[in-house]
Amino acid sequence: MLRRAVLQTFRQGLAQSFFKRNAVSLSETTVTHQPIETSNEADEKSVSKQKPGDESGNTVVVAPPEFRFMYPEFLPDPAMERRNRLKEKLERIDMLQRRSVVEIPEFYTGSVMAVTVADANSPNKFARFVGICIQRGGSGLRAWFILRNVVDKQGVEILYEMYCPLIQKIEVLRLERRLDESLLYLRDALPEYSTFPLDMEPERRLNNSVVPINPLKVKLRPRPWLERWERQNLQGVEDLNLPQRFYDKAEKVAKPWEKYDLMLQYRKTIPAEEQEKIFADVHSQLQQQEFKRKIRRQHSALNDSHMVRVGRDANPNQTRISGSIVPSCMLSSAGDMTFRLETYHY
Amino acid sequence: MTFQMQNLARILQFSVPFSRSFHQCQPLNQIQLLTRLRVVDNSTIGKEAMLEGRPPKCIHVYNKTGIGTIGDKVLVAIKGQKKKAVIVGVKQKQAPLVPKFDSNNIVLIEDNGTPIGTRIHVPVPSILRKILKERSVAKQIDFTKLLSIATKFV
Repeated sequence: MLRRAVLQTFRQGLAQSFFKRNAVSLSETTVTHQPIETSNEADEKSVSKQKPGDESGNTVVVAPPEFRFMYPEFLPDPAMERRNRLKEKLERIDMLQRRSVVEIPEFYTGSVMAVTVADANSPNKFARFVGICIQRGGSGLRAWFILRNVVDKQGVEILYEMYCPLIQKIEVLRLERRLDESLLYLRDALPEYSTFPLDMEPERRLNNSVVPINPLKVKLRPRPWLERWERQNLQGVEDLNLPQRFYDKAEKVAKPWEKYDLMLQYRKTIPAEEQEKIFADVHSQLQQQEFKRKIRRQHSALNDSHMVRVGRDANPNQTRISGSIVPSCMLSSAGDMTFRLETYHY
Repeated sequence: MTFQMQNLARILQFSVPFSRSFHQCQPLNQIQLLTRLRVVDNSTIGKEAMLEGRPPKCIHVYNKTGIGTIGDKVLVAIKGQKKKAVIVGVKQKQAPLVPKFDSNNIVLIEDNGTPIGTRIHVPVPSILRKILKERSVAKQIDFTKLLSIATKFV
């Protein structure tokens, strides 16, 4: 009852802002530096808000608002010249199809990830790279992210397209955010801030609902730098300790009026109503996929523990554990583990 | 009337902000003539040159265009000598899945393709396997010998 009232006022507010042609509601579409709730929390709270029926009498399902941070590549490029509703719809279908095959987890700039790619040029046909995500961009099937790592004292960066069919696996080893949306300054920072062991294990989060913001302030190497960091208003960098003339020049070339420029903001973002439509389109399938993966993970965890117990009591003459405990459809990454457990006990 | 118009033009000229800055684009980081490079093998001549702070300079790129990328052969001036080298890592933005490095790395080679050093300690792109194989076939010189001294592929 209360929820309905809130949603009604929300819809009215949106309609009012549309007719007023002001951008008050649009300001909510910008990314704010607040801890982001993940889908787990959203599931617990209100899975998909049911709007009261519209003219046709059908209930309209609305995705949770966190989706625009978790799946930003579903939003198209805001540039009006390149908008094509049909193309975007077809692209979304393809993206969901790809996501049903490969798990593309939620990640942010500042998360440490491992990507396994099919590589014809390596002796074992897969190449795995671990790194911190310093930037992500693109929209639709062209969505990309850059991973950075320092390997043998050499800084290496690789750009991955999220929906590339060569990508076998994307794991998030550490899910967190940083104070900036782009960590390109790590190229000019001391190498220890970009170094991550290539055999890093995935870290379990204690609080599964909120994505933490790492308030780390990075130390930069002495100048020269690749960019004029003092002009970029970076939060995640320690005091640059530059002579005053740099800051004076930065003030001179700064454009402080841009934060008041509503049309600029409008052109850079997709309006809230469209975002709602887009995520309403895809969220049920995304949640289904997430649910299936959760079930699969739980099953595989159960089966692993079960296999160990059976292994200890099993007859050493037996070469195979009888009875299929793990149905073949569940054997994804767990399949290898169960095989290894079998061989260990013999 | 013309005098008033001229006056107006003079006033307008000073009221509009006048900028004398050059147009700048993002740096391309291409390897071309006179680019300073970093030797990443453990050859004596390479190590000495890097230590004394006089890195080798590219004086010719064996390429149709004068721009060198991963796998290209270049001629470098190092410690007063001319030596051939193969580029094994570039700072330039690369295609997806191809690694980009923080420095332009080269491995010194002889004319017959054998590397002068015995080990490469920095990671090397795995796409180099394919590029050097094709080049070896095309030029009848075995460039792939330097892959055997590489320790890590990225």
